[in-house]
Amino acid sequence: MIYLGIDTSNSPLALALIEDGVVLIEETANLKINHSLTAMPAIEEMMKKAKVLPADLTHIAVAEGPGSYTGVRIGLTIAKTLAWSLKIPLHSVSSLKVLAANGQGFDGLVCPIMDARRGTAFIGLYEGTGLKSVLADQHSDVKEFLLKAKELGRPVLFTGIDAALHEALIVEVLGRAAHFSSIQNRLPRASNLILLAQQSEESDVHHAVPEYRRITEAEANYNKAQEGQIL
Amino acid sequence: MSKDIYVLGIETSCDETAASIVKNGTEIISNIVASQIESHKRFGGVVPEIASRHHVEQITLVIEEAMQLAGMEPDQLDAVAVTEGPGLVGALLIGVNAAKAFAFAHQLPLVGVHHIAGHIYANRLEQEMEFPLLALVISGGHTELIYMKEHGDFTVIGETRDDAAGEAYDKVARTLNLPYPGGPHIDRLAHTSDEAVMFPRIWLEEGSYDFSFSGLKSSVLNYMHNAAQRGEQVVPERVAAGFQNSVVEVVTGKTMRAAEEYKARQVIAAGGVAANKGLRNSLDAAFKQKGIPFHIPSLPLCTDNAAMIAAAGTVMYEKGLYGNMAMNGRPGMPLTSWI
Ligand SMILES: [Zn+2]
Repeated sequence: MIYLGIDTSNSPLALALIEDGVVLIEETANLKINHSLTAMPAIEEMMKKAKVLPADLTHIAVAEGPGSYTGVRIGLTIAKTLAWSLKIPLHSVSSLKVLAANGQGFDGLVCPIMDARRGTAFIGLYEGTGLKSVLADQHSDVKEFLLKAKELGRPVLFTGIDAALHEALIVEVLGRAAHFSSIQNRLPRASNLILLAQQSEESDVHHAVPEYRRITEAEANYNKAQEGQIL
Repeated sequence: MSKDIYVLGIETSCDETAASIVKNGTEIISNIVASQIESHKRFGGVVPEIASRHHVEQITLVIEEAMQLAGMEPDQLDAVAVTEGPGLVGALLIGVNAAKAFAFAHQLPLVGVHHIAGHIYANRLEQEMEFPLLALVISGGHTELIYMKEHGDFTVIGETRDDAAGEAYDKVARTLNLPYPGGPHIDRLAHTSDEAVMFPRIWLEEGSYDFSFSGLKSSVLNYMHNAAQRGEQVVPERVAAGFQNSVVEVVTGKTMRAAEEYKARQVIAAGGVAANKGLRNSLDAAFKQKGIPFHIPSLPLCTDNAAMIAAAGTVMYEKGLYGNMAMNGRPGMPLTSWI
């Protein structure tokens, strides 16, 4: 069994191949690259290095979001097309959970965070042991979410490259309960994605869609205008 | 006899998710289009982010349907052709990445096609192309006159300096309170009127094959505004007919003059606006009178589809013009010759 893992949900590009429980190759780049241009060449190159042919793949694992809308779509489009056309199972896993896996083993809660501008983030809260979801993945005002996390009264490990952007606020709200993962553990790792995929159900290839966790601006404006008309 | 060539085409440049299989660049085996028009209607136009969201939901379904309808497996294909540009960047890259993944999975050649080249080659699915050829590409995003000496040789001899014809139709339709997309509604209204408001014909400087529609659009808006100020009742049918007459007369006139100057042996029209009845009739009549062979593909091949991408992609495939895994969606891709 050979799993290919793909995470393009934010600026890092994370890829891995795992064969029968052995990590053959794993790559994580954090170079602000254009995934549409580089994801497929990187997959092609990595598989060539590992001497794995497309027909050898038995499973595809993909990070389904939230994250950059375009980034998530590129990963899903590639993963869906590979899985469907090779007739192999697709597993989609929360991009936040993939980040949370970096904090696995932490004695407390793990909080993966992806900045979404204007004081908001895509954010979730997981148990450090077993990665059970404690507060669902969501798009939230960062401070509001931190206050909810604080109520739980447990240590929280923050992970994700955008944790640094919100460090001051996190420390202000959580004080000594706030912990930060070391820099190498802030990037998504596709080996973690694959391990999570192995514990998850197979997704319906055609109906696997990005988990944006946020409606489009056009829809938000439209809804607002409709409400205005009703009033 | 040489072997038949089967190409899978994929098109996602705007608001249609489409896949098709074409044999030898001339014969449609399957042609699937999932339109998003209903989703964009309430916004009065295509919302790029929503278009991209729909493409990723539809892409594998549409390709599967095209493959199943053709009764083909990936290893029976010779190449994958995809719209590389121009178009909406977020929409293009869904098709491009699906095409790359498909081509990689089955180790097939990948061909990147220019959307307008696709529109032109749609004609080849109904009638063989004769050169020199003149193509009028007229749609929501394009108004261009293209001269072709032979396959893959494109010279843009005229283009719009402001709005595309389809855009002008949509804007005028909006001022007449017609629903989006406005083109078919204006066409329909225009045909129900026996009188037409006189609007200017924008010919630009002598000898130019360029188009301009923003001035015409402004005079329609002025006319509506003045009528409202004077408290006069506007007859929408007459406004629609007047606007359409002006567009049709200028487009027909310039296409005709270009066909004569370039001694075209065949003139073809393509793009969504080419489905407009008023324009079709006018072009048909004009070229019949001059005795120049003229062809407009049937409606499903005029609007965006993937068969046209596969048709153009087949010719590129035969010339060995392959792309690679680093292909990207190119929103502003220029139309360049293959030879
Ligand atoms: Zn088009």
